[in-house]
Amino acid sequence: MNARLAAWGFVIPAVAIIAVFFLLPVMGALALSFTDFDLYALADLRNLRFVGLHNYERLLETALFWQALGNTLYFVAVGVPLSIGMSLGAALLLNSSVTRATAFFRTALFAPVVTTLVAVAVIWRYLFHTRYGLVNYALGMAHVAPVDWLGNPHWAMPTIILFAVWKNFGYNMVIFMAGLQAIPRELYEAARIDGASGWRQFLHVTVPMLGPTLSLVAILTMAGYFQLFAEPYVMTEGGPLQSTLSVLYFMFNEGFKWWNLGAASAVAFLLFAPIFLVTAVLLRLARSREVA
Amino acid sequence: MAGWKRPLRVRARLEDSKPLSGLIDRRRLLAGAGAAWVAAGLGARIAQADDATVAGTKSARPVQLRCWFMGHEAEFVAPLLPEFERRNPGITVAIQQVPWTAAHEKLLTAFAADGLPDLCNLGNTWIPEFAALNALEPLDAYIAASQVVAPLDYFPGIWDTNRMDGAVLGIPWYVDTRLLFYRRDLLAQAGFDHPPSTWNEWARMLAAVKTNAGPGRYATLLPLNEFPPLLALALQQAEPLLRDGGRRGNFSNDGFRRTLSFYVEMFRRGWAPMLTYSQIPNPWAEFGRGFFTFYISGPWNIEEFQHRLPAELSHAWTTAPLPGPDGPGASSAGGTSLVIFRFARHKDAVWRLIEYLSEPATQIRFHQLTGDLPPRRSAWRDPQLSANEYAKAFREQLERVKPTPKVPEWENIVNQMQEMAAQVVAGRFSVDAGTQELDRRVDATLEKRRWMLDRRHTV
Repeated sequence: MNARLAAWGFVIPAVAIIAVFFLLPVMGALALSFTDFDLYALADLRNLRFVGLHNYERLLETALFWQALGNTLYFVAVGVPLSIGMSLGAALLLNSSVTRATAFFRTALFAPVVTTLVAVAVIWRYLFHTRYGLVNYALGMAHVAPVDWLGNPHWAMPTIILFAVWKNFGYNMVIFMAGLQAIPRELYEAARIDGASGWRQFLHVTVPMLGPTLSLVAILTMAGYFQLFAEPYVMTEGGPLQSTLSVLYFMFNEGFKWWNLGAASAVAFLLFAPIFLVTAVLLRLARSREVA
Repeated sequence: MAGWKRPLRVRARLEDSKPLSGLIDRRRLLAGAGAAWVAAGLGARIAQADDATVAGTKSARPVQLRCWFMGHEAEFVAPLLPEFERRNPGITVAIQQVPWTAAHEKLLTAFAADGLPDLCNLGNTWIPEFAALNALEPLDAYIAASQVVAPLDYFPGIWDTNRMDGAVLGIPWYVDTRLLFYRRDLLAQAGFDHPPSTWNEWARMLAAVKTNAGPGRYATLLPLNEFPPLLALALQQAEPLLRDGGRRGNFSNDGFRRTLSFYVEMFRRGWAPMLTYSQIPNPWAEFGRGFFTFYISGPWNIEEFQHRLPAELSHAWTTAPLPGPDGPGASSAGGTSLVIFRFARHKDAVWRLIEYLSEPATQIRFHQLTGDLPPRRSAWRDPQLSANEYAKAFREQLERVKPTPKVPEWENIVNQMQEMAAQVVAGRFSVDAGTQELDRRVDATLEKRRWMLDRRHTV
C-alpha cells in the first residue's frame, strides 16, 4: 500500500504537468473545433455558435484543404525516404574504416541542422534563382535549360523537399552513427568468414541490427515532416499557386492570419488523423519484426 | 496583415522580426487556441472591473501614456516627443515598437487579455476589424472641439477609411497609395515622352516597351503574390467589390472582370513576367537593370530607389499617377491612423498627443525623418514636399483614392482575390469562371457576417 502511494507520488507531478499543458489544451482545442470561434466571438461571446461537425464538413469540401493535404502527403512520401536514405548513406560512409577526416565530415554534414533556417533560406533562394542561381548555372554548363525552381508549381515542392532534406538529414545521421557503432564487429567478421559480400553484410547484418533505430527515426521523421511549415513559409509563402501550401500552413493562415480559431482547430485534428494512422502502422511493423 | 501596406519592407524585416524555430509544434498551436478561448471570457470581466476603478479615482498624479507604434516609424516618433512633453507638463509618453509582421496577432491577443495600450497607429484597413471588436473610441466629439484636426484639410478618401457607421474612429497619420514608378529613359526609347493616363494608352506603351526590350526583359512587374496592384486597378471601377452592405462578393460584375481581363492580358502578351516576390528578391536592382519599366508601388519606394539606384540613373526614373480605364484613375487609400482604444485611461491626454502629431509642422518634421507622406493638404504646401518631383504624383493621386470595403474579413477576401487572379493568369480558370468561383468563396467567408447582421436586425 505504501509502495503504491509512493508510486503515485512520483507519477503525479508528471501527470499533472501533462494534464495542464497538454491534455487540457487539446480538449480545449477539440471543443473549439466544434464552434465557429472567430474575431466576432472574441469581441462578444454571444457571437459564438456551436456548429457541431460543420467545420470538418466545410474543410472536407474546401478544395484548398485537399490541395494542402496532397502537398503534405507528397512532401512526406518523397521527403521521408529520401531523408532517411541520405542520413543512412552518410552514416555508413562516415562509419566506414576507409573514410579519412571523419570528424571534419561529421561536423560539416551536421552543420545544416544547427544553422538558422531563415538565414539558410535566403541563400537557397539565391542558389535556386532562375537567372542568377548557381544551380541553373551548373545546369547551363551541362546544356540543360534553366529551371524555374521556386516559380514553377511543378518544381517548387521538389525544391522544398531538397531544402528540407538537406537541412534535416544530419540529425538522423548522428542517430544512425550511434546505432552503427553499437553493432558488434564480430557479426561482420563472422559474415565475412561465411563469404558474405559487402551488400549482403549490409542487408543481413546492418539492417536487422539497426531495426529499432530505423523505426524510431522513421516515426520521428514522418511525424516531423507531416508538420511541414517553416520551409515553405520562408521560401515560397505557400506559392506558387499554393503548390507548397502544407496543412499546417493552411491552419496557420486560418487561425493566426484570419483568426478563425474554430476552423483552425478542426484542421489540427484532421492533420492528427493521418499522423496517428501512419505512426500506428509503423509501430505495428516494428513490433511484428521484433516478434519475428 | 500589414503585408499589404509595405510588402517589400515587411519582407526585408521578416527575418529579424518573427522568431521561427524549425517545424512549428502543433501542440503549442492548440494550446494557444485554448488560451485565447479562456482569455476572451476573462478579458471581458477584467475590463469591466478596470473601468469602474478608473472612473472612481481621479488623481492629479503625472500621467504616462502607453503608446504602441508599428513599423520603423516607432524609431522616428521618439525625437518628436520631447517637444510634446515640454508643452504638456505632467504627461509622459512611453513607446513600444511593434513590428508589422507581429502587430495584428499582438493587438488581438492584447485585446483578449485587456492589455491594449492607450494609443497606437493602426493600419487603416484594420479599423473595421477593431471596430467590430468595439475596441476603438469614437473621436467625433474631440474633433468638433479641436483647433488642430480639421477634417476638410485631409484627403477625403483617406479620411473616409476612418469612418465606420457614421463615427470617426481614427485620425490619419501618414498615407499610402499605389501608383506608377517608371523608367523615363526606357519609355522614351520606346517612343513616348509622357506617362500614360488611360489603360489603352498604357497598353500601347507596354507593347512598345516590350518590343523594344526584347526577350528576357519586360514592360512591367506585377508579382503574382502581391495584391495591391490588382486592388488599385479594381478600385478604379464604378462597381463596389462587395455588395448588399458587405454581405456578399461582387467580383463577377462587369467592372471587376474588365480589370481582371486587363491584368491577365499583361501576362498573356508577355508584358509582365509570371513571377512572385520569392523570385525577385531585389526589385530595386532589377528596376535599375531595366528588367521592367513600369512598377506599381507605394511612397516608401521613393526613398528606396533614391538610395539603391546607381547615380547615373538618378534622373532616369520618376513617378506618375495611376492610369484608369478612361482617364486618370483611382487608387487605394492606405496608410495608418492614430486611434484611441476604448479602455484607454487618459483619453484627453491621448487626444492631445494625437493633435500634436497631426499639426502640419509636426507632420513635416515626421516626413523629414521617415519619408512618410502626410495626410493633410496644408502639410503638402511646405516646399519640402511641394518641390519634391517624385512626391508630386502622389499629391495628385491622393485626391483620387478610394477606401476598400469596410468589413473585418476584407484582408482575407483580398488575398483570395489575388490567389484567384494568379490561377486565372496560370490558365486554370477563365476570367468568368474564376470570378464566379471567387464570389462563391467570398460569400462563404462572409457567412458569419451575414448571420450577425441579420440577427442584429431581428433583435
